[in-house]
This record gives sequence, structure tokens and C-alpha cells, in this order.
Amino acid sequence: MIKAIDKQRYILDFTLSSLWRRKGKNLALVLVYTLVVFVLGSVMFFTQALKNEAALVLRGSPEIIVQKMVAGRHDLIPVSHGAQIGKIRGVKAVKARFWGYYYDPGAQANYTLMVPEDLPLKDQEIIVGAGISRVRRLFRGSSIVFRTYDGKPATFFIKGVLSPDSELLSSDLILISVPGFTRVFGVPPDRATDLTVQVANRKEIPTIAAKIVDALPDTRAITREEILRTYDAVFDWRGGIMIAILAGAVLAFLIFAWDKAAGLSAEEKREIGILKAIGWETADVLEMKFWEGLVVSLSSFFLGIILAYGHIFYASATLFEPVLKGWAVLYPEFRLTPFISGYQIAILFFFTVIPYTVATIIPSWRAATIDPDAVMRT
Amino acid sequence: MIQLQHIRKVFNAGLPNEYVAIHDLSLNIAPHQVTVLTGPSGSGKTTVLSLLGCMARPTAGRIMLQDREITSLPERFLTQIRRSTFGFIFQQFNLIRGISVLENVMLPAYPLGEPLGGLKKRALKLLDLLNLTSKGAAKVEWLSGGEAQRTAIARALVNDPGVIIADEPTAHLDTGLSREFLDIMGDFKGQGKTILIASHDPMVHESEIVDRVVKMRDGRIIDAGVI
Ligand SMILES: Nc1ncnc2c1ncn2[C@@H]1O[C@H](COP(=O)(O)OP(=O)(O)OP(=O)(O)O)[C@@H](O)[C@H]1O
Ligand SMILES: [Mg+2]
Repeated sequence: MIKAIDKQRYILDFTLSSLWRRKGKNLALVLVYTLVVFVLGSVMFFTQALKNEAALVLRGSPEIIVQKMVAGRHDLIPVSHGAQIGKIRGVKAVKARFWGYYYDPGAQANYTLMVPEDLPLKDQEIIVGAGISRVRRLFRGSSIVFRTYDGKPATFFIKGVLSPDSELLSSDLILISVPGFTRVFGVPPDRATDLTVQVANRKEIPTIAAKIVDALPDTRAITREEILRTYDAVFDWRGGIMIAILAGAVLAFLIFAWDKAAGLSAEEKREIGILKAIGWETADVLEMKFWEGLVVSLSSFFLGIILAYGHIFYASATLFEPVLKGWAVLYPEFRLTPFISGYQIAILFFFTVIPYTVATIIPSWRAATIDPDAVMRT
Repeated sequence: MIQLQHIRKVFNAGLPNEYVAIHDLSLNIAPHQVTVLTGPSGSGKTTVLSLLGCMARPTAGRIMLQDREITSLPERFLTQIRRSTFGFIFQQFNLIRGISVLENVMLPAYPLGEPLGGLKKRALKLLDLLNLTSKGAAKVEWLSGGEAQRTAIARALVNDPGVIIADEPTAHLDTGLSREFLDIMGDFKGQGKTILIASHDPMVHESEIVDRVVKMRDGRIIDAGVI
């Protein structure tokens, strides 16, 4: 038992010194390999994180949203519409929502101002998203001045910063009280931005939505399924591009592994011959090659994963910006919430480390099974 | 100690370039002696050495090692026998470049998995014996021809084999170094080791340490020498 461990240690030692002897070639290998893992890892982290964000968005979205339409555009809705909707059979609750966009010239950014449903705020209190907190350096206790609809300044105090459960959603968000909202935007007291409807039976959502539009012809009812479909479409499109990138990376990796498999240098072959001639068994040589493949692929794997993680979650997926264009307009400067699933890592591991290690062993196996007397004639 | 019985070795059997390198060759190698194989180039000396040293298998015939038939053993066992019984010194030295002299010497012992302390001590003792102590940490590509040869000898001896096999050991050495090599072999013979050398260097055949010269030609023994 101790012998077996000592033997592995010797073989590993020799492997490491062999890798070091050919450091030029091996560093190039690690570089290419890391790059492949980096691209694959980035794509994986990115799609997963986006899906994650979307799931959070959807979890919080109401079953039906009712908007008033004027000349085909979204307009403020009379709060009294809510009472009428409440009379429709199957409707459990109707709530008025207040939200709007505020342009901050200082940060040159749009904020979403919203009145929270179940979070009482005093008139001058606000809660800001993590993105705003970062950009404007706003923390609990500091204050900010907004310019109201009629050009007057209005001071608000920061009660807290939103925890970044989903930054995609809350990065640019400001939670505000109803009086504060009215003061900034000048919304008439009997008007809301839109209404949300809660339904007793989910199966009735489409019917109720139709009934609402029937009863209130100047409105439009948006169901959660419609929102979901929109998100799906967005993801499908983006997903397609991601799959293209992914396929490219896998292909590059296969070519790379194949090349590696085909190319055992004359020097390496000579060494395998010598080792066999001086008493190494075929299995010992293969163990050495196994360690070699494992050291190269594991170190590249971890390096690639770490870089990909940093790229997606700390560098805001900079390299994917072209793909993300539309999104970035919607949500200026956000950071995805770090999210890693063991399953994904395992998949990535399976498609990189294992084929590579096998690709290192196979040609060596061919070289290691030839009769050792060949080395007597070199 | 080692017997070759009616050995035949065919290369590329069944192919157009089939070549019979050894024809019905029988030979007994006595223990604790220095035996030299000689003959013109292509006569089969290297082939016989590789068969004797379990590096290759004969096409027909039997090889006995201390009354044990080894021809039909699986590769694993052959490797074990090779490792524990034979130490090889190759014509081209066949050292591994890029690692130190000491590491090269210890290399044949790695698969045995013995503790590093003991192995290192043994290797250093061999380096001392072969006047290489100061070169232990040097990379092998910096060595002179004689030093490389002595490193190869130390490597052949690290597993303390009973038989040393050397193929054209003096081909790359000048007269002085050749004599030194023969002296070293003489010392090992004195320690009871069996030594097999293939060489067409007259200096080797005529050396006083040699007990027997076997002459070969075209894959056959033409003069078995006196035992
Ligand atoms: N793997 C092989 N395939 C085909 N022919 C081979 C092979 N190995 C050796 N031979 C042939 O077998 C014959 C004997 O070769 P061997 O190397 O044993 O000769 P040798 O006596 O050692 O010669 P030298 O003095 O030149 O080293 C040669 O004609 C050689 O070409
Ligand atoms: Mg030869």
C-alpha cells in the first residue's frame, strides 16, 4: 500500500519534471486549453445566470396587468377602474401600481421609480437599487435631490439599499412612497400607472383578461403567459447565438485534442522506449501519461473556470456585449448575480478534462506497447 | 545460467520484407563471467542481446533463466524479470535529457516504489563509485562522453541486477575511456556479476577480463569460444 503511494509519487514527480522540461509546448497547451474552457464556461455561466434572473423576474410578476391605452399608447389609468374589475367573477384582488422613469442628468441614467406594495415608506424615504447605490454613492442615511415635474427640487433620504437578489431587475430601481411619487411626477390623485389583478383560479386567467377588456374597452390586459413568451423569445434568440459560440468552442477543442492525440513527438516516443527498456511497465508509462494529461487539463480547467466566472460576474460579461446589446439598453450597467451549479461544472468537466486526458493516453498507449528492443537500435 | 535453445528470430514475418535475423541458435551463458559477442555488422549481436535480456521474444525456441522457462511469460512478468535481473547499457547511452544525472540513475527504480531515502542513498553510492559525485545535479546533456557512459552504467546498476548487458559500449569512447569502462566491468565481475557485451572492438575481445568470445555471422554462431 505504502509502496503503491510511493510509486505514484515517483511517477508524478517525474511527470511534473517532464512537463517542466517541455515548458514551451506545455504552456502553449495550457493557454489554448484555458481559452476553450474560458469560452465554454462563460457561455454556460452567462445563460444560466440570465435564466436565473428571468425566473426571479417572473416569480414576482402579477397574473394580469391592466393598462389604459390612449391612441395606442400606455397612459395613466383611473383608480376607479379597479372597482369595476373587482366585480368580475373569479377576481381575487385588484391593486393599483405606481411606477415611472426618472432621468438623472448627474449619472446620465434612467431610474425606475416604483411604489412598493407591501413596504410602508415615509413621505421622504426611498430605497435604492445596488446599481444606483454604486454609481451615485448612496448609502443608508445619505440623501438625493430630484427635480420634480414642475422644476422644483425635492429631497429624499435613503432608507436602505436593495439586496441584489436579481440585479437585472433591481439595479436601477428606486422604491418610493405614494406621496413622494406624486410629488416627483405630478400624477393626479385618482390615477395610477397600471392595475394588477390576482385571480382565484389560474386556469381562468385568459377568460378574465378577455372579460376585463370587454368591460373596459379603453384598456389592455397583459397576462403572465404573455410576459413569459416574450422572455422566451428573447432567450431563444440569444440562446441560438450562444449555441453557435458553444459549438465553435467544442469543435475547436476536438481539433485541438485530436491534434494532440496524433502528435507524440519523436523525443517523447524515444523517452517512452527508454523507460520501458530500463524496466518500466506499460502500465507505469500510461500512468505517467495519465498524470500528464490530468495536470495539464485540470490546471487549465480551473484557470478557465475562474476567468470565466470573473468575466461574467465581475466584468459584466464584457466580451458578450455585442450579443447583449438590446439588453444593455434596457438595463444599463448591471452585474449578474453569481450563480454556479455543480451540474454545469460537471458537464464542462466531462466535455473537456476527460476527452483531453484520454487523448493524451491513447497515442502513448500505442508507443508504450511496442517491444522495448526498438530503443536498442536508435 | 541463461540458455538459448534453438532460437529463431524473424522480423516482419509474413511481409514482403520478412527477414530471418537469427537461425537456430543455441548458447549457454555461464554465471559470473564476462562473455563477448562479436561479428560483422548485421550478424545479429544486438538481436541476441535483446532476446537474452527479455527485451524481445524469439519467433521460435526457448529461453531459460536459471532453469525457468521465460519465453512464454506475459509482458508484465518479463518486465519484472528485466528490471530485477538485467541492467542495460545502450550504445547511444539513452539517457533522458532535461533531468539530472541523479534522477536518470534513479529512474529504473521508480516503479518499485521504495522510500526515497534509501533509493537516493543507493544512487549516490553508485555515483561515488563511478566518480560522478560532483555531477549528480548536472543535466545529462552537459556531460562529456565518458561521464554519460558512466551515468548509463550507474543507471544499469541501480536495481542491483545480477546481469549487466552492454551493446557496443566502447563505440563512442576513446582508448582511455574504453579501458576505464573495461576496468569498471572487471570490478563488477569481481563482485560476482554476469556480464554480456556485444562489440566488434578488438580492445574488448582482447581484454583480460573477458572469459569467452562468441563469434557470429549471418545470425549463426560460427565460433562458440571456450567456456
Ligand atoms: N525491427 C527490425 N525489423 C527488421 N529487421 C531488423 C529489425 N531489427 C534488426 N533487423 C535486422 O536484423 C539483422 C541483425 O541486426 P542486429 O542489430 O542484431 O545486428 P548487429 O550484429 O547488432 O549489427 P551492428 O554491429 O551493426 O550493431 C540486421 O540485418 C537488421 O537489419
Ligand atoms: Mg548492434
